[in-house]
Amino acid sequence: MFLLRRLLQAIPVLLVTAFLSFAAFRFIGDPVQSMLGQDATAADRAELMAALGLDQPFPVQFWNFIVNVLHGDFGFSTRIGQPVLGLILDRLPATLELAVLSFVVALALGMILGVTTALKPQSWISRTVMAGSLIGVSLPNFLIGIGLIYVFSVQLGWLPAFGRGETVQIGWWSTGLLTVSGWKAILLPAISLSLFQVTLILRLVRAEMTEVLHSDHIRFARARGLPDRMVNFRYALKNTLVPVITVSGLQLGSIIAFAVVTETVFQWPGIGLLFINSVNFSDVPIMATYLLLTAVLFVVINLIVDLLYYLFDPRLRVKAAGR
Amino acid sequence: MQMKTMLCASALALATVAGPLSAETLRWARTSDTQTLDPHAYNEGFTHTVNRQMYETLVERDDEGQLQPVLATEWGMLDDDPSTWEFKLRDGVTFHDGTPFEADDVVFSIERAKSETSNMRSLLAAVESVEAVDPLTVRFHTTGVSPLLVNNLVNVMIMNREWAVANGTETPVNYKEGEESYASLHENGTGAYTLVSRVPDSKTEMEAYAGYWGKDLFPLDIDRIVYTPIQSAATRVSALLSGDINFLQDVPAQDIQRLEQTPGITVVTGPENRTIFFGMNIGDETLTHGEAEGNPFADVRVRRAMNMAIDRNVISKVVMRGQSQPQGTIAPPFINGYTDEMGALPAVDLEGAKALMAEAGYGEGFSVTLQCTNDAFVNEEAICQSLVGMLARIGIDVRLDVQPGGVQFATIAKGDTSFYVMGWGVSTFDSQYMFDNLVHSRSNGRGAWASINYQNADLDAKIESLGTEGDLDKRNETIAEIWKVVQDEVLYLPIHLQMLARAMSDNLVIPANVGNSVSVKKIEVKD
Repeated sequence: MFLLRRLLQAIPVLLVTAFLSFAAFRFIGDPVQSMLGQDATAADRAELMAALGLDQPFPVQFWNFIVNVLHGDFGFSTRIGQPVLGLILDRLPATLELAVLSFVVALALGMILGVTTALKPQSWISRTVMAGSLIGVSLPNFLIGIGLIYVFSVQLGWLPAFGRGETVQIGWWSTGLLTVSGWKAILLPAISLSLFQVTLILRLVRAEMTEVLHSDHIRFARARGLPDRMVNFRYALKNTLVPVITVSGLQLGSIIAFAVVTETVFQWPGIGLLFINSVNFSDVPIMATYLLLTAVLFVVINLIVDLLYYLFDPRLRVKAAGR
Repeated sequence: MQMKTMLCASALALATVAGPLSAETLRWARTSDTQTLDPHAYNEGFTHTVNRQMYETLVERDDEGQLQPVLATEWGMLDDDPSTWEFKLRDGVTFHDGTPFEADDVVFSIERAKSETSNMRSLLAAVESVEAVDPLTVRFHTTGVSPLLVNNLVNVMIMNREWAVANGTETPVNYKEGEESYASLHENGTGAYTLVSRVPDSKTEMEAYAGYWGKDLFPLDIDRIVYTPIQSAATRVSALLSGDINFLQDVPAQDIQRLEQTPGITVVTGPENRTIFFGMNIGDETLTHGEAEGNPFADVRVRRAMNMAIDRNVISKVVMRGQSQPQGTIAPPFINGYTDEMGALPAVDLEGAKALMAEAGYGEGFSVTLQCTNDAFVNEEAICQSLVGMLARIGIDVRLDVQPGGVQFATIAKGDTSFYVMGWGVSTFDSQYMFDNLVHSRSNGRGAWASINYQNADLDAKIESLGTEGDLDKRNETIAEIWKVVQDEVLYLPIHLQMLARAMSDNLVIPANVGNSVSVKKIEVKD
């Protein structure tokens, strides 16, 4: 019942996204221009416009787009000359591997450092970490990427400056995680992508943890003489998890959807790079599908986050049962 | 357990990929990928440059822009019939699948390049039909006399008829049907390299073709090509510094000096056959993108004043760091019709310019929006910014509207502009190409990019006469007359020629090329 309601709520969200993305891209740029190049005549242009259906009124174009999408037909890239869905599926593995790896790094580092700084706020480690996290929050993503490239590729020569290394094909999924060159290639982009997330999660965990450590049930637990480790990790940390899950869930969504900058800096062949290239060539079908996919992603992640609440917060379960 | 299998798999992968990175592999990076492998689907430099390694043309231009034979060995108009061109073809050429190259393949390729979905068709508009006389002779029949037809063939690549028919790719990708094009992902050319694999936006690999006809004529020191697009300028340069690539074709202007000082890296620079200039909407009644009484650009005195207020040397020195060749005309020096007199820079004269503005009734100045791009040429956004300062000195308040080329050029091409940046490469090396596209009013299929909107029926007629004038001396006279109008009327505000810089590891010899093309078969590898 809950699931069904959430899914129904998602429909208008997706429709609005589709409309906005379609409208925005329809009115900026001109795919015909980039398809025909500098030598085309006005007649050539009109002809291609008609062929692509761009001469029809906007509502008709949008309606056709929606109908086609519902039939699983996302259109045809005007730049590459291949079906959009295949192009996106080809690149999705690269983006997902990058996003998940950097998310895992961010979550692990963020939690560990967050708890450490909350437990011993005055130690020099905590002070260094907190000061360092300011840099992570304030430095723009591309600068971090370029800095990493400069140190690890140019100066030390340990890791490649761009690309994905050698990949192995498993069904339709191409993975870079089974080769050494693939791992080498993913490290820098993953770190650069995770740095901001680490600092965000770290600060969140620290704030929540500090608050929980001062609450009554922790004091009682300590008074009862429970070992520190049990108090800190079993009772305190678990209570901080609900907001952390919400935020990191949404962050995962944005890592996947907006890895555009990192993918551009490292020439990472994922959907972000595909999107940027499509913008440059006004490739409307790819741009619209990409944004639609992004919306679906956020809806799905939100749903998962909601479900996870039930796992970590018993009060929600009781409420739902009582109703 | 899982860990162990993973390690095994990676060790295996390492064994297969990590051969010694031999010097014979060209690891080549540019800002943009080839858009398709179909040689007729997209008329654009990046695409042609990659495809040219696998496909060949009848004739090509060398690094200095001179015509050279490739698949054709001799060519010319027939003495008794100037509306027919005859090409003698090279013997002993095979396509990558082993089929011999014949006149019929040329006929097929020209027809394919002329088809409705081809991006190359405007270059072949003068070709009425193509005929195979014998297996090594083809004739092009043109509508009227077309003295410069051969110039238009330098980018028209030759495909194999049987292969195209067998794979259902007789025409370039058809967007109407929404079908996938076989030729956009596969190739079968006659070039020195064959395709190994291609992942769009990521990597295109080629290897030497064992049956290449020119095996003994060219160095062919490179036996493998890995072409990678890297959009981010900093990453591109880093990749060269770290040795991930050994040939960087588009060096950002600000990094040239640094790379020159890096041991182990050679930088080669040379002017490109492309000018950067500004256009003004001359023909409009009013100034659509700005505030002024009437249209100031319609007055030649205002255009002259602007021409005098722009200090091209400063732009070259400050914005381009010396990596440009200031120009007084939009014609690149490489093309037929250029004279040094045209190229001379107009003197910077602010007092004179102000006087002209006052004379034209704009002593108080006016304001206008300059439509500029940020990714189409070298540093054009900074050039636009410097123009704001320079034109402010004569009272013109310029506001910048900066957008990516894909967006901005669409607006400009429609004529929805008052003042805009433009760059033009002259692939035919002849003035007519510039006149047709940039000067002729928008009519009779010409003037596609002439957003200056200049109306002059007399000039239009002269431009149209160029296409069918068989007497080359007479034709050149007409070209000179047209240029005189363009220069005297200040139809455009020329700025400079772009310099091209390419950087490579020390052991590679890759000269500069006025068309920014690369011929990998000619690259020499030093020990």
